[in-house]
Amino acid sequence: MLAKRIIPCLDVRDGRVVKGVNFEGLRDMADPVDMARFYNDSGADELVFYDITASAEGRNLFTDVLRRVASEIFIPLTVGGGIRGLDDFARVLKCGADKVSVNSGAIADPGMIAAAAKKYGDQCVVLSMDVKRVDGQFRLFAKGGREDTGIDAMDWAVRGVQNGAGEIVLNSIDTDGVKQGFDLEMLDALTSRVSVPVIASGGAGNREDFGALFTHPGIDAGLAASIFHTRQVEIWDLKQYLRAKGVEIRL
Amino acid sequence: MIAIVDYGVGNLFSLSSSLQALGFAPEITRDPARLRAAERIILPGVGAFGDAKAKLDATGLGPVLREEREKKPLLGICLGMQLLFDKGFEYGEYAGLGFIPGEVGSLKPDLNTSTLKVPHMGWNSLHIVKDDPLFRYFRDGEYVYYVHSYYAKNCADSTLAVSDYGGVAVPGAVRRENVWGTQFHPEKSGDAGLRLLKAFCEL
Repeated sequence: MLAKRIIPCLDVRDGRVVKGVNFEGLRDMADPVDMARFYNDSGADELVFYDITASAEGRNLFTDVLRRVASEIFIPLTVGGGIRGLDDFARVLKCGADKVSVNSGAIADPGMIAAAAKKYGDQCVVLSMDVKRVDGQFRLFAKGGREDTGIDAMDWAVRGVQNGAGEIVLNSIDTDGVKQGFDLEMLDALTSRVSVPVIASGGAGNREDFGALFTHPGIDAGLAASIFHTRQVEIWDLKQYLRAKGVEIRL
Repeated sequence: MIAIVDYGVGNLFSLSSSLQALGFAPEITRDPARLRAAERIILPGVGAFGDAKAKLDATGLGPVLREEREKKPLLGICLGMQLLFDKGFEYGEYAGLGFIPGEVGSLKPDLNTSTLKVPHMGWNSLHIVKDDPLFRYFRDGEYVYYVHSYYAKNCADSTLAVSDYGGVAVPGAVRRENVWGTQFHPEKSGDAGLRLLKAFCEL
């Protein structure tokens, strides 16, 4: 059967990894290629790169980083951030990305999911959503979690899957950064509605949180950034721990 | 030189980079003369069977591959492996290259659990059923990366290794004479995948 996936997420701005980086022993602590190599060697199952650049120059640096990573790291690579249309899909896929994650761009242009799925296949399109509880409803947020769209997040996910999204990343704004565990209640609300793989994001503080995530039904992968970057959780140790708990893990 | 057949399906960046990282010299080409000059040929592919076969036919390379497979190792990857079989049943019925007996059918109806997800996408362990030089650097049970919704059937004689998905023994690696195929992506399967590619390149 398929192994549960552990996915570090790297936010890249102007060619550098930002957000809580503390890597001793690497030549360059915030060099995305060095970090990708480190994660690959530690057993990461997939890498996600988010382009959080605003400038055109930064965008070029990002695609250059991506090309360098893809020429020496041979595990699946997902790219997100600033994906506004099919041109952006083409741009990052050409540089070695395997999957493309859409978020605000799909909210602005919902037709993009269907168009991309038709052109590149469902497996290539990842719907990423930032979700927060508002008035007893799971509400979809845009613009990096700053803007309430008023849309019911679970309805949005169902529509995304119908249009061809092959995977969903659910980032809970309520648990993000709190480090008290993944938002299992919100994840349940999603997995009861869609049948594509679900990647949990937001809230991981320690390895036990991943244990709780993967012994819970219906979750395929766990994504985190700072706890891996700060080495609060080492992926290799985490995977040993999970396997000992009976979770199917690639070691 | 290792020729990667360029017939307009899928992204060849990772495959080409992985061979370079291993110290081999890949060349992405659709020139028959280059395929004839190559020491090995890799047939990649993503997408749908019929569409990919039509694109391959349009290049006129089918007969070249048919000749060259007698002389040198040929490896089909993912959809490239599926095209090696007699037939494919994805959105219709299409003739494959016929280098390996068997056919390619839908995975979904054969799974024993209706809630299992298709495509079969992710890391699955690969179990060797028939030893082969392809596994020279590979340990039985290592994980490899799959992305597919159709799989090779009725090909027990040529099956080298399988991965279990929903009770189906999905042929992960196959071989008939000089022709090998992997349903998974060795170029995306980390170190284990690189070791398989290395073994192929040294055959």
